[in-house]
Amino acid sequence: MQGAGALGTALIGVPLGVLLGVGLYTFGYARGYSYLLDEPEVCTNCHVMQQYYDSWLRSSHRKAAACNDCHTPHALAPKYLTKAVNGFNHSAAFTTGRFPDQIRIKDRNRRLAEQACLRCHEEITAAIRAPHQADDESFSCVACHAIVGHAQ
Amino acid sequence: MKLDRRIVWTAAVAAILTLALTALLVSIIERKQEARHTFFRVAEIDEDTEDPAVWGRNFPLQYDSWKRTVDMVRTRYGGSEAMPRNPTAADPRERVSQEKIEEDPRLKRMWLGYPFSVDHREDRGHAYMLIDARYTKRVLEFNQPGTCLNCHASTAVLYRRLGGGDIFKGFEALNAMSFAEAVKYATHPVACVDCHDPQTMRLRITRPAFLEGIRALKAAQGVPNYDPNAMASAQEMRTFVCAQCHVEYYFLGPQKRLVYPWSKGLRAEQMFAHYEEAAHKDWVHAETGAPLLKAQHPEFEMFSQGIHARSGVACADCHMPYKREGGMKVSDHHVRSPLLNINRACQSCHRFSEQEIKDRVEEIQSRFIEARNIALDALVDLIEELSRARALGLADAQLAPARQAQRKAQFFIDLVEAENSIGFHAPGEMLRVLTQALDIIRKGQVSLRQAQPLRATSASP
Repeated sequence: MQGAGALGTALIGVPLGVLLGVGLYTFGYARGYSYLLDEPEVCTNCHVMQQYYDSWLRSSHRKAAACNDCHTPHALAPKYLTKAVNGFNHSAAFTTGRFPDQIRIKDRNRRLAEQACLRCHEEITAAIRAPHQADDESFSCVACHAIVGHAQ
Repeated sequence: MKLDRRIVWTAAVAAILTLALTALLVSIIERKQEARHTFFRVAEIDEDTEDPAVWGRNFPLQYDSWKRTVDMVRTRYGGSEAMPRNPTAADPRERVSQEKIEEDPRLKRMWLGYPFSVDHREDRGHAYMLIDARYTKRVLEFNQPGTCLNCHASTAVLYRRLGGGDIFKGFEALNAMSFAEAVKYATHPVACVDCHDPQTMRLRITRPAFLEGIRALKAAQGVPNYDPNAMASAQEMRTFVCAQCHVEYYFLGPQKRLVYPWSKGLRAEQMFAHYEEAAHKDWVHAETGAPLLKAQHPEFEMFSQGIHARSGVACADCHMPYKREGGMKVSDHHVRSPLLNINRACQSCHRFSEQEIKDRVEEIQSRFIEARNIALDALVDLIEELSRARALGLADAQLAPARQAQRKAQFFIDLVEAENSIGFHAPGEMLRVLTQALDIIRKGQVSLRQAQPLRATSASP
């Protein structure tokens, strides 16, 4: 170990340093910090979100709720877990290019959005909600109110 | 000097991670660049650039997808299938699509005496429009005018060349030629220059027949001097460029001028009224002697009667939907059935699963096929009854109402049969047209029975 000390340190230290440096640069260049923020503008860091952002600007919910209000849980830990999971999935999809042009919400995120509706509208909808609404797409709020958040 | 293995491994893992991270970084940089620069002028393009490969150097993504119209794929009821054939000197094609008059002999009966009863194959992609026009028996065994090429070849440059810069003069020159003469000038199937302005890439109309047809249509609707190149919206142009060819037409007079029969409107009755006023017939039926009309692919007319047109959807929205290529968004020039491209074509508006959308379309098409089969059977019945009455020696005056019924019903049925959406473009309208045809046939049959009451009663015991 003694003789290898300096070389060993360099062998670990230099690659790790490069990794950290390139990592930080990539994170900054790709605006990876977008995922940590709440402003709706940062979601358009990915081009596919532009059309949803544009139509949200013209939607009825523009003044009531932004992206994260409906698409992430509100408690801190679940919120950042959701951001981490979606962030990873999105990055993987964009890097490999393996995703359909017309993206469709996945089950987990659909349930999150459905719960988000109730956060504000629970009381007024109490009498008309189906028992397992969150799990049944045909009874979900957005089955009828499809464009309150954004078109498509 | 020995290195600790853990040190080596850690360094190796860090190196691999750095490699992956750099690849990611480069990928992100590329995407960002693509989004910033969507166009590089590599080749100079002008009004005389006919070869799509030259345009393709500036627009490689659009060009690549345009070339893919060679694909032959069936949908449940439509689409084409590659059938191998032995090439001959007269027809060197190695692959053709299925022969429709063999699949359904009623079609042959309906067109008896007309070239369509000799050869009528399922149409296939844009890439084949020129070769299939050149080698169909309708051209090889019959004299046809150069007019056919208006929609079977790229003609934007050709019109200007033949007309000395005036596309209308070039149009008339092409119509006046024989097909054999005209086809020598044809070099490509429909190409970039036919729909795009070479300087701005904006959509434009280059077909004189459409300019005249849409002008007549708009005049009937109270809009005088309509010029789509100056007055149509961008979204309208995404339909109009297709409607330059995907329409009902006829060849007028000895000059064989290509005319779209829209002077009274786009509906079946209105187009039929145009033909009545023009006293036009395409041929005389070999069995019945009726003066008939052959209807051709009225996609624009039928689509215009449907819910998608009413909602402001254009042809290109479903047949050339936007697609993402890296950071770029391009319209897909691989023109094809939306059923082969449901995610991009339908799901941009309809939030159902691909299977659900496919099931709905096929249900509409199944209903249409059922109604179309009933109508074709009825038409064949009328043809048989007319032939029998003719053989019995009924006078032309006595046959006239039934012949007129055949003329109108044949046009109505042919119109929806030749239409390429199998009932989808305007489901209600197309079933209505078939219902009208059935009523016309019924009245035609009644007229025959009234013309020969003695024979009808003496035939029964």
